[in-house]
Amino acid sequence: MSIVTVQLGQCGNQIGFEVFDALFSDSHCTQGLCSKRENEAYRSSCKERFFNEEENGVPIARAVLVDMEPKVINQTLSKAVQSSRWKYGQRSCFCQKQGSGNNWAYGYSVHGPRHEESVMNLIQKEVEKCDSLGGFFIIMSMAGGTGSGLGTFITQNLQDQYSSSLKMNHIIWPYGTGEVIVQNYNSILTLSHLYRSSDALLVHENDAVHKICAKLMNIKQISFNNINQVIAHQLGSVFQPTYSEEGSFHYRRNPLGDLMENLVPHPEFKMLGVRDVPRMSENSLAYSTFTWAGLLKRLRQMLISNAKMEEGIDWQVQPPLSRLPTLGKRSLSEQLRFNTSIANLVVLRGKDVHSADVAGFKDPALYTSWLGPDNAFNVWTTQRAFSKYEKSAALVSNSQFLVKPLDMIVSKAWNMFASKAYIHQYTKFGIEEEDFLDSFTLLEQVVASYCNL
Amino acid sequence: MTQSVVVQVGQCGNQIGCCFWDLALREHAAVNQKGIYDEAISSFFRNVDTRVVGDGGSISKGKICSLKARAVLIDMEEGVVNEILQGPLRDVFDSKQLITDISGSGNNWAVGHKVFGHLYQEQILEKLRKSAEHCDCLQCFFVIHSMGGGTGSGLGTFLLKVLEDEFPEVYRFVTSIYPSGEDDVITSPYNSILAMKELNEHADCVLPVDNQSLFDIISKIDLMVNSGKLGTTVKPKSLVTSSAGAFKKRQEKPFDAMNNIVANLLLNLTSSARFEGSLNMDLNEISMNLVPFPQLHYLVSSLTPLYTLADVNIPPRRLDQMFSDAFSKDHQLIQADPKHSLYLACALMVRGNVQISDLRRNIERLKPSLQFVSWNQEGWKTSLCSVPPVGHCHSLLALANNTCVKPTFMDLRERFTRLYKKKAHLHHYLQIEGMEESCFSEALSSLSALIQEYSQLDATKSMPVEDLPRLSVAV
Repeated sequence: MSIVTVQLGQCGNQIGFEVFDALFSDSHCTQGLCSKRENEAYRSSCKERFFNEEENGVPIARAVLVDMEPKVINQTLSKAVQSSRWKYGQRSCFCQKQGSGNNWAYGYSVHGPRHEESVMNLIQKEVEKCDSLGGFFIIMSMAGGTGSGLGTFITQNLQDQYSSSLKMNHIIWPYGTGEVIVQNYNSILTLSHLYRSSDALLVHENDAVHKICAKLMNIKQISFNNINQVIAHQLGSVFQPTYSEEGSFHYRRNPLGDLMENLVPHPEFKMLGVRDVPRMSENSLAYSTFTWAGLLKRLRQMLISNAKMEEGIDWQVQPPLSRLPTLGKRSLSEQLRFNTSIANLVVLRGKDVHSADVAGFKDPALYTSWLGPDNAFNVWTTQRAFSKYEKSAALVSNSQFLVKPLDMIVSKAWNMFASKAYIHQYTKFGIEEEDFLDSFTLLEQVVASYCNL
Repeated sequence: MTQSVVVQVGQCGNQIGCCFWDLALREHAAVNQKGIYDEAISSFFRNVDTRVVGDGGSISKGKICSLKARAVLIDMEEGVVNEILQGPLRDVFDSKQLITDISGSGNNWAVGHKVFGHLYQEQILEKLRKSAEHCDCLQCFFVIHSMGGGTGSGLGTFLLKVLEDEFPEVYRFVTSIYPSGEDDVITSPYNSILAMKELNEHADCVLPVDNQSLFDIISKIDLMVNSGKLGTTVKPKSLVTSSAGAFKKRQEKPFDAMNNIVANLLLNLTSSARFEGSLNMDLNEISMNLVPFPQLHYLVSSLTPLYTLADVNIPPRRLDQMFSDAFSKDHQLIQADPKHSLYLACALMVRGNVQISDLRRNIERLKPSLQFVSWNQEGWKTSLCSVPPVGHCHSLLALANNTCVKPTFMDLRERFTRLYKKKAHLHHYLQIEGMEESCFSEALSSLSALIQEYSQLDATKSMPVEDLPRLSVAV
């Protein structure tokens, strides 16, 4: 089954490019460490998911590019052409002349209805090119105006027009400080609306990825390219083909559907995060060897201590012995030292993958009381090595990991809302104070639900 | 891509405007060496086939034929505009873009606003419409004027209202030159206060600049050059200093160098909208991020490093110094000290070889020394434009919505009150049709209300920042 990617705004388009480039490079690299036949199968599965074949043999990304100003799309298209290995479709772009100005309301209430037909037509054309549609992958940031506002509008439309297809929104969580001043407003509006219309939100935090670039990749002067490449790598490690079941050598047909089935058991909980091991600069990689036991031990500790990367993991954190509520009120940070999960999916790729033991993830203490590990934990595997790593493991989890950042954003937006600052910019385009209040209410509910796991 | 139209009013506005066009041409010439008319150039210039008579002849693609500035030049005397038309920039303008008179406004806001305003309203409107018709997607009007005189101040603010009525969707960014204390125009406090009311009501963003600050910056640059610091060389052909716009030799008057700074301000303000970068900032993002309340739309700007404003080559200092300097009071384009006042919001617009990690490091480093209003503790907006100013490797424009503008306004009010108490020169204004004493009292109370708003924010400075009780939900 195929996935149609919709990349929106500057951030969505820049990341979208890196994602397709990472998927393509990996599926065409010669270091797959597996038989030729298996490599072929892997490649064709990746192609079915993410690329169309054009007549002259150049694969075309199953993607629709949307932005409200032309600069970034032009740049993205030409980067794809320069790669000369894959490209975007000639008629799969939609751009306008004037951006949304970091205003969610402008993206959602003005650009959205105005360009609804054109954008939905492009998406439909892309859908028609798929033999069978597995769902939509929508890449957007939530800080600005186009990705966040228009992205939300388009997701709602997809919900209306393709109600039986799955929609996963890939959300770029802004740096805590310093990207867009109204980012907290734009974020709460985005998240609350998507919570109603999307099936799952896969979140990447810029702060966390930035740290990975600095600490693990040893990059001195970090650019957005570096950051986007790390994100693309993590997505690739999840979405590249894996076997459909243990012992089988057929590749999974419906990754998006399986992902949702494994990870989103309840509509109140749909925030997903990705972690991966190992992760290092290429120079260090040459001198490192890995064992499955070591990788999985670290990945598990990253999960329960809520570490975003291998460095600085808190090894003191252990699963609680009993799930009895403790007496007295604990602070939010204390409560969350142990990161309780709803569901986890481990994706293992590489040599001797059958020997990897994932028992550590099957401990019921890791999960909420109402879902046992049998239902809450899954593992996907393939012998085919990913990218340059002989062995690698990715973890997609639906857990409390986002409670703190979400609580922070709601808190900052709430403080600003109380002063009424910037509200006039939103009411100008029909987003009223009640709409903000609705968003606050919904997100407070989400925070509370995750807190009380 | 969007386009902008520059409306330059009065002597000061036209001199700065002229400087700006010269710099803009040089910048695009350096970036776009193939001579193709591209989207970046189109934001400020039209490409015209001059052989075609009449209004036609606009070329949207291909080779650059003849570039025409998207500008309207207005002055109520002829001197400056005539100089422009005889100077090296004459080909960028044509007579259809000009409005002049011969009598001048006599440093009287009322003459500019009430007399010439009504006299030229239709003509101004027609030229503005024409300039708008040439745009594919007009986003912004940049008005350049001075506050102290008659034409820039009076007619310049008159046309703001015209723009608002005629083009409600198009942003109005105003660069206003404020008179310094020892201004030689005796009525400048009257003119400034009357103009302030219009700015309060009809501008989206105002970038206040004062002559004294510009003069101080020029002196500092001169000192830097003359101190003969190691490696300092005078560049033979600088591209950040306008020479074509200069009417007199630099040594004679510092005004050209001062105008040059303001022209660079506009160039850097629009660079991220015109050129590529990894974090774009369109013009409409400026007011969205920096104007929390409609009235509080005065942005204090600083340009660093200073040497990017002059014809000198100084070995680049630490990148971080550029960020530190942007917050120091002697780099601001008005007399203001943002570091010891309260920030409502702050934008850092970076050009050149600077990455997101450099930006983040500097924000983290500087944040502890700056005070932000309680509800916007993280009020930073950033942009990264990959095209540096010509001949330099990087530059920074910082825009601050900060209560440090208040002293400028209070100073103005004091000078106004001193004159007004004695009713000095008042009759020159009141004899103009449509001018009443109430115009003065309303302007004064409008300014006082603005000062009051800043004072109320300042008063929150010493209060502890606390999170407000949140909505509670049933679980």
